[in-house]
Amino acid sequence: MKKKQHSSGLTMLPGQLEPVRVGRRLFLRYAGAFTAGGVILSACGNEENPTTVSSTVDLGKDDVGILNYAYALEQLEAAFYTQVIATPYTGMTDAEKTLLTDIRDHEIIHREFFKAALGASAITALSPNFTGVNFGDRASVLGTAKAFEDLGVSAYNGAGPLLKDVNYLALAGKIVSVEARHAAAIRDLLNPKSADFAGDDVVAPATGLDVAAPPATVLTTAQKFVTTPISGANLPK
Amino acid sequence: MNLFKIIADIEKADPEVGERYSFYSRRSLLKFGSNLAAAGIPTFMAATLNKAMAQSTTPSQKAIDVANFALTLEYLEDDFYKMGLAAANLIPAADRTVISQISKHETAHVNLLKAALAAGAVAKPTFKFPAGTFTTYATFLATARALEDTGVQAYKGQAGELINDKAILLTALQIHSVEARHASEIRRMLGMKGWVSDTTQTTFTQGGVNLKNLNTGKSDDALREAFDEPLTKDQVLAIAKPFL
Repeated sequence: MKKKQHSSGLTMLPGQLEPVRVGRRLFLRYAGAFTAGGVILSACGNEENPTTVSSTVDLGKDDVGILNYAYALEQLEAAFYTQVIATPYTGMTDAEKTLLTDIRDHEIIHREFFKAALGASAITALSPNFTGVNFGDRASVLGTAKAFEDLGVSAYNGAGPLLKDVNYLALAGKIVSVEARHAAAIRDLLNPKSADFAGDDVVAPATGLDVAAPPATVLTTAQKFVTTPISGANLPK
Repeated sequence: MNLFKIIADIEKADPEVGERYSFYSRRSLLKFGSNLAAAGIPTFMAATLNKAMAQSTTPSQKAIDVANFALTLEYLEDDFYKMGLAAANLIPAADRTVISQISKHETAHVNLLKAALAAGAVAKPTFKFPAGTFTTYATFLATARALEDTGVQAYKGQAGELINDKAILLTALQIHSVEARHASEIRRMLGMKGWVSDTTQTTFTQGGVNLKNLNTGKSDDALREAFDEPLTKDQVLAIAKPFL
């Protein structure tokens, strides 16, 4: 979304002479995108350049939607760690490489598991966008890894109560604790032997409760790392 | 001694307890909600809680049993870390920050569950710890690992029991992942991997999918590590027995 937006909500396209009319049309599209579940869609792409518009992936509804939601996040994580191992950051120790390779493998297994479990209902492969990550830099890679793992924990925790089938709930439970184990290990790599492995930024000190977030919130964050527009508008709430 | 049959036993002995339960239950759930709101749980989740409460104003007996089961494990963990931190010359200075952070969470879990269960909360049992637990650091850490990994498995094993008690399920999940963070850290302090590969586990089917057939090319250890396995209440009790 590269249009210049004025505070009035009107939008001016490059070379466009009638900002008010076009702006109103775009504004309605923006509004539609937001009411569709708070997910930022790029479907409001520039009409002058239709090839930049990729079709939105709808995660679907009910339990299948939640499984696709998990599948989308696992795709993102697997792609990230695959790149991390393919192009190790400067100074990656053997111990770090072993740990990150383990995590990569777990995420690939999760991704392939969801793909198989969903069968014909599975969403397509998403195109990741890691332009904001410097894969040569330890702090950038581990900082992103920490964000992904904490995001995964918050996503599975928030999605658990949205599931209807007890077997899917059990599966989500089996995976979320692995993500939490990853999160603690990554956090400890960044700040060894500190309280950060289960830091006050993620585990509320007063209750001892970990993060939990609804799909709309998680997808807004995840979308920054995925080129393919994802819609969670039909997911259970 | 089966702590988790206590409620059932009390019910047999005191027929009026069922009636009292429904009163306590209603109060408990409200307390669950208000505590979570007070703890700064995001608005959306508060809304989810309200929705869950609107759907079911009284937690099921199953949920109360699960909460008391969880409380008993949290009592055990809380005592364990408090005693460890109080023991002289046990925890090296470099590790005290980590152990203190875990201890803080276990105390918070005890307080949260006790408040939620209100008068329905089980009393804290008197625990006994094997010789050496608070004199040899390696023994202390090994016990911590067992308690944390078992805690993860115990919560996981009870999740299905809570599927109709959404607010309590959410809380249980939020405790569950904290135990997993603890377990990962303690394992790594012991020189282990943060994740679990139980080599006695020889089946690789999850949710009807045989992971071996996915052609990921990953090792059996990776396939086992990728999915943490639950334990039933009876299995957890067998593990907890030496402490009771």
